Amino acid sequence: MNYTLNINGQSHTVDAAPDTPMLWVLRDHLDLVGVKYGCGQGVCGACTVHVDGAAQRSCQLPVSAVGDKKIVTIEGLDPHGAHPVQQAWSATDVSQCGYCQSGQIMSAAALLKDKPHPTDADIDDAMAGNLCRCGTYLRIRQAIHAAAGK
Amino acid sequence: MNQNLSPAPAAPEFSVDRRSFLRLTALAGGGFMLGFYFKSAGSLLAADAPGAAAAEFAPSSWIRIAANGAVTLYSSRPEIGQGIKTSLPMVLAEELDVDWKSVTVVSEPLDSSGTLDGAGGSTSVPTSYAKLRQLGATARAVLVEAAAQTWGVPAASCTTMNGAVFDATDNKKMLTYGELVAKAATLPVPAKAPLKDPKDFKLLGTRVPNVDNAAIATGQRLFGLDVKQPGMLYAVLEKCPVFGGSVTGANLDEVKALPGVKDVFLVNERAVNGVAIVATSTWAAFSARKQLKLQLNEGAGADHSWASFSDQARALGAKAVDADGEIFNGAAKVLEGAYSFPYISHTNLEPQNCTVHFKGDHAEVWAPTQSPQAVRSAAASALGLNGNQITLHVTRSGGGFGRRLSADYASDAAAIAKHFDVPVKLTWSREDDLHHDLYRPAGFNFLKGGIDAAGKIVAWRNFTVGFSANAGGGGGRRGGGGGGEFPGGFVPATGYQARSGAVTSLVPTGAWRAPGDCTAAWVVQSFIDELAHASGRDLVEFKLDLLATKLGNSNWNNERMIGCVKLAAEKAGWGKKLPRGQGMGIAFHFCHQGYAAHVAEVTVSPAGDLKVNRVVAAIDVGSQILNLSSAENQVEGAITDGLSAGGYQSLNLEKGRIVENNLADYPMLRIADAPEKIEVHFLKTAYDPTGLGEPAFPPLAPAVCNAIFAATGKRIRALPFSATDLKWS
Repeated sequence: MNYTLNINGQSHTVDAAPDTPMLWVLRDHLDLVGVKYGCGQGVCGACTVHVDGAAQRSCQLPVSAVGDKKIVTIEGLDPHGAHPVQQAWSATDVSQCGYCQSGQIMSAAALLKDKPHPTDADIDDAMAGNLCRCGTYLRIRQAIHAAAGK
Repeated sequence: MNQNLSPAPAAPEFSVDRRSFLRLTALAGGGFMLGFYFKSAGSLLAADAPGAAAAEFAPSSWIRIAANGAVTLYSSRPEIGQGIKTSLPMVLAEELDVDWKSVTVVSEPLDSSGTLDGAGGSTSVPTSYAKLRQLGATARAVLVEAAAQTWGVPAASCTTMNGAVFDATDNKKMLTYGELVAKAATLPVPAKAPLKDPKDFKLLGTRVPNVDNAAIATGQRLFGLDVKQPGMLYAVLEKCPVFGGSVTGANLDEVKALPGVKDVFLVNERAVNGVAIVATSTWAAFSARKQLKLQLNEGAGADHSWASFSDQARALGAKAVDADGEIFNGAAKVLEGAYSFPYISHTNLEPQNCTVHFKGDHAEVWAPTQSPQAVRSAAASALGLNGNQITLHVTRSGGGFGRRLSADYASDAAAIAKHFDVPVKLTWSREDDLHHDLYRPAGFNFLKGGIDAAGKIVAWRNFTVGFSANAGGGGGRRGGGGGGEFPGGFVPATGYQARSGAVTSLVPTGAWRAPGDCTAAWVVQSFIDELAHASGRDLVEFKLDLLATKLGNSNWNNERMIGCVKLAAEKAGWGKKLPRGQGMGIAFHFCHQGYAAHVAEVTVSPAGDLKVNRVVAAIDVGSQILNLSSAENQVEGAITDGLSAGGYQSLNLEKGRIVENNLADYPMLRIADAPEKIEVHFLKTAYDPTGLGEPAFPPLAPAVCNAIFAATGKRIRALPFSATDLKWS
């Protein structure tokens, strides 16, 4: 099936089976590999993208359900990495292996859009769906506070 | 990059020792490269033959300076999240005396057929530090010599700063490294370049952000799973879920007819067995896989279950007392404790994967790995090639933790890709990753300890039971415990016993972050805490006293550990009164050449909910922290990982297979459950710097369990902690 999708502000047409999760459409069909596969069940958050501005697990979103919704991936958050969350992530030196971090950044960016000055409890709620095997959670919290209000 | 080297350089070089040498090479266009070359055992004889050219070897580390002054540093170790791609080149930049912001770090080797460095066992720093300092200092020395000759002054009167040489007697004279490389490339390599005095370090020991931060934050292609090549196909491999069993057949033709599927076939060779599905996309392969119906030969492991393993281990443990002899006769108090820990998985967030392009007489391979050489030989052997017919690209790894020291997934990928002339990427699903790991070994420890009237440990027995295919051959060692393990060497030898038993198991096990130590520290430090409480003495005083009485030939430096315990206790405010439901616990451990002591402060609600409020870590890894940011990150990560593994994780085994399927039933710590606060203190001691991937992990679980006991009076003797009801009233 052909689907015309709005990804990072551009229109793309892909030929994919209707049940194909957006995770794999983005990675395999559109080569946007910043979106990561971790569990395929919406449990780890590595595949987080923005769908009409809200953080969503792209592995749980079949291509057939996207319609004209606007999808933003880590590659489209800011083409130059100038988004305050991206800047804070680098400056705070959050990453260890880095594999989960694009998903973490997308969840954090969505949080700050809703709540520009989140509390620790807000952060724990918004980031609850993103796992980090390396254990960088304290720096994630620190980076979100650093990016807040910017 | 090879084309940048001039074809037949008259290379000035210096033999560091029989196995390695430094060699300076002029680059086309006017730059130079100084490389540290290592002769493999096989090439050693050939290299010693008269007229043998050093050009046959690729350097294991190198510095390149172009005529425009651009500095490129090579980082030879796989980056698995330990920050090595940043911290090791920092050593070069420090001794070379260049501005870190101006250097480029690359990690692709010049030639992947030579000796390739791995990353494991916290060994990268101790094996590289001195070598890299020498390499950086040598490059700086030839640049200084080039300036001295240009100016006609002694080299001793020249200084360096930020990539330039200055004449100390005339500060108007300055030449940049770029201006000096052409001349420097013609000079002999000095035998002993002067090293900086560490007190003059400007870069080492500071906080330097990871060189890949921007690429990670913008989602660039870095990891093995991100590899994409023209014409590439996507593969999955369905293996027998029963350990030791095999797949004998499947509905191959039915699955082959599914959309996007290119081929479906049984792989059965060497160590690789299963059904391969090769398709035009990952999802096509994943979808087709759901229709697969396997025929299995489940083999001898089909009756394995954790329930039965536990029963067998406890039965062995019950007999441990029979061989205790008289060691407890002089004890005023005797305690017993049976401790157990389950199998757990590595759960690298990036599942195992490997891409192979077989081209007949050679192959190109991309893999996330801790052991490039293991991947190369696994691929070569599956493809029927020699190692030097493989071009290997080591990608960034989405986590290592010991899992990627094994190259089983590379064997899988190569065994599939050899049937194609296009690149094939094998992706393990999360379920594959959980079901076919090389697990952290499970184990049981049956402990008995005796203290005398003065409250000193006088007798200690640990009977460990492990699970191994080779149970009769003493394969139980991985159950934890052993003669070399603490407190061996600190308890009178006449009162110390380490014995083991084993249960037959076909569950494959492997290195898991701080192998052996990751569980042994929990067992030993928990039981020492039990004895300390029984002694009625202050817990820290009891433990320091034990550490002070070194009696045997253990490989510990007890003074270094005492330093860690004292510092952790002091910084944590040990001894302060806490209300019921709150408690502090302390634990320490030595492994991988590093010393670590943690104090954990916890709150347990009357309903039994655990919160780790604070962890104070005191770590001694020698005289020099390379990158303070990454060092602290490793310790913070090890503590969080220690809580995740110790607090939540276990795998169940039924009918010879792992019961858990994905991260929904195999929990990993989430942000809200992370310690609220982690404080990291490094002791600076007069010992060579050592690695940090592992030492901070082992003491976390016992520190938390000891704190839980202090808070509630409940002793946790089985991992994960979540299996124990912590309710109190």
